[in-house]
Amino acid sequence: MLKKQLMTGNEAIARGVYEAGVRFAAAYPGTPSTEILENISSYREISAQWSPNEKVALEVAYGASIGGVRSFASMKHVGLNVAADPFFTVAYTGGNAGLVVVTADEPGQHSSQNEQDNRNYARHAKVPMLEPSDSAECKAMTKFAFELSEKYETPVLIRVTTRVCHSKSLVEIEDRKEVPIVPYVKNAQKYVCVPANARVRRREVEKRLDALKEYSNDCPWNFIEDNGKKIGVIASGMAINYAKEVFGADANYLKIGFSFPLPMKLMKKFIEGLDKIYVVEENDPIIEEAVQMLGAGERLFGKFDPTGKHFFPAYGELTSDVLRRTIKGEEIPAREFDRTKIVARPPALCAGCPHRGFFYELGKRKDIIVSGDIGCYTLGYASPYNAMDCNCCMGASVSGANGIQKALDMVEGNKKRVVGVLGDSTFFHSGMTSLLDIVYNRGNAITVILDNRITGMTGHQQNPGTGYTAQGDETKMVNIEAIVKALGIEQIRVIDPNDIKAVREALDWAVSLNEPSVIITRYPCVLKKMSVYDKEEFPTAYKEKCTVDRELCIGCKACLKSGCPAIYIKDKKAEIDPTMCVGCTVCKQICPKAAIKGGQL
Amino acid sequence: MTKNILLVGVGGQGTILASKILTLGLQKANLDVKMSEIHGMSQRGGSVTSHIRYSTEKVYSPVIELGQADVLVAFEKMEALRYLDYLKKDGKVFVNDFEIPGIPITSGQTEYPRGIIEELKKVADTTVIEADAEAEKIGSPKVMNMILLGTIIGSMDLAHIDWDTILAENVKPQFVELNKKAIRRGIELSK
Repeated sequence: MLKKQLMTGNEAIARGVYEAGVRFAAAYPGTPSTEILENISSYREISAQWSPNEKVALEVAYGASIGGVRSFASMKHVGLNVAADPFFTVAYTGGNAGLVVVTADEPGQHSSQNEQDNRNYARHAKVPMLEPSDSAECKAMTKFAFELSEKYETPVLIRVTTRVCHSKSLVEIEDRKEVPIVPYVKNAQKYVCVPANARVRRREVEKRLDALKEYSNDCPWNFIEDNGKKIGVIASGMAINYAKEVFGADANYLKIGFSFPLPMKLMKKFIEGLDKIYVVEENDPIIEEAVQMLGAGERLFGKFDPTGKHFFPAYGELTSDVLRRTIKGEEIPAREFDRTKIVARPPALCAGCPHRGFFYELGKRKDIIVSGDIGCYTLGYASPYNAMDCNCCMGASVSGANGIQKALDMVEGNKKRVVGVLGDSTFFHSGMTSLLDIVYNRGNAITVILDNRITGMTGHQQNPGTGYTAQGDETKMVNIEAIVKALGIEQIRVIDPNDIKAVREALDWAVSLNEPSVIITRYPCVLKKMSVYDKEEFPTAYKEKCTVDRELCIGCKACLKSGCPAIYIKDKKAEIDPTMCVGCTVCKQICPKAAIKGGQL
Repeated sequence: MTKNILLVGVGGQGTILASKILTLGLQKANLDVKMSEIHGMSQRGGSVTSHIRYSTEKVYSPVIELGQADVLVAFEKMEALRYLDYLKKDGKVFVNDFEIPGIPITSGQTEYPRGIIEELKKVADTTVIEADAEAEKIGSPKVMNMILLGTIIGSMDLAHIDWDTILAENVKPQFVELNKKAIRRGIELSK
């Protein structure tokens, strides 16, 4: 009997990977894609791994495909930028066994630095693409993608979005189908991409695209729902659901699930005889431009209306209320109430977060510029620390700091120093090469690696520094100091970030040097499930609490500058919420009256 | 007719478990269910929302439209105001009389606003739930979320669903009884 289960899109993709007989999967964590590989890891039939970055993840999955097993890689949208280099050339060679890549995009930027539309990658790399709109399709399309990949000898890209990844709907569970390993046979003309071979493959890619263009019109994932109306809606991904809420049975639909190459003939047939055509797609007007090419003319409403004015919003999610407002001009009547009673609730470093002591000290310094990175520690940008000047993408903290320092030093007598700040996982991801650049090119920036021994922001994934693999197996625990030293850095200090005096002294030391240095702050994340190694190295961590002696507290609020969510003011004096405090003592060290007691330091 | 339930709160309050239990129950009642969560930064004290939509017919979007929530359940009272624009004209608010100050408040930049409950009552059909005190009475502050789940079950006439079995399948054995009691109490309070 088929069993129905409520699943998120990410769980369903993982289930699809399992049922498709995949034997190898790799990823780097990134919202909203993270739970795909987390769920895959629970299947012992699949060798699943967190790679140090997305490029590595795709390359190792590609290798496994050449080796003859169905292989899979997933990443967030910006992760595909990192993996773009192999992606474009893998598109030429294809694999041996099926190879499927998932990109998880973020219309609305719930948790990302940009809103790029990775459907563009499919066209750019000439790789077929699927866009599921709910969890059932996530599973079914994932399985289908492997068939397609093998039939057309191409990697297949699946594009999902936050709402597909993190929404639950019903999915029918099926069994895993084992797929035999394809024996490896040497084929250097295919896999060695020297120009002479790559030119041949380039022609193959074009032939493949021609075949896929035809196939797209017949693909079961592209279909028309004819309700006998004069209004037509063309949509892909989650947008079709939003559109159906708005139009119901009052429109005909063309649902596009196989969206590159687009089903041009089917689209042409669909728009024939319609009075009005709405193209509902989140982010870029990709389908819309194709429909325009087919001669939709004055009937077409997408990101632009027939007069060329903006119509559907160019950015953000096209939820059904947004569509309704745009199409019908319906304004939602809002209640009148005192909106000043709503105070913002920005995310904050957790009580006991080991980044706190570091950012408290960093934010006080006026002699530095801080180049930040992607992770929980990006919150060092926010009040009360205000300890960040820029942040861009994974690893850019270190290289950015190098560049800023070089520019500043072009002015004679410059005293300002630049500090690049990044986490352990981000250092492994792409900080290492940036640090090598500092050493090699005689840079003078300071690098701080906040080693909390886990990949924190995405919800605690193992990384090369934790001693465990994605599937919980013990592995070599990579030593950050040894890497830093091997890259050529001679000045290294390892400190406890909860000890603000040690932080201050380390920063003074680094600023005083006339050569690059690395400070490693080491303390496990407060939310981390401590490993045996953590317990051994940090036996007192998070075992105590701090309290305020109300006799001694003068209500000066200095402790609030720690930005700890456990501290608040009650009757003009500080209080610490005992359910939140874990005794990191950062506030205790700040207090000028020694009014805070307890804790581990 | 699709029903829309919006759960809002602050990371760590148990909204995700409450919405999971709710969706499992709706599934068991053979309804089509869609649920959407935004929780990217919730572990860092941000606000969290769960959209739940269900119907005897097919549900398409997992996201509730502005002005369409039948019930808004706020695990933290300021969050009720933050998401009030999602509530239907005749929708109901169940608000936990519970304050979690965010960083702008704890860091002394501003104060926790006074009169939130009064403001809610002025503009919407509001029931105040003392979930914290009620949970204490039942025996654990942790079941606050199940009391609030109970208010949804009561107000949406879902009490006929076999919640006991769902709890037994999804909660650690030692907490099943406490959670059952909490849901029952929530149902009573919703009336």
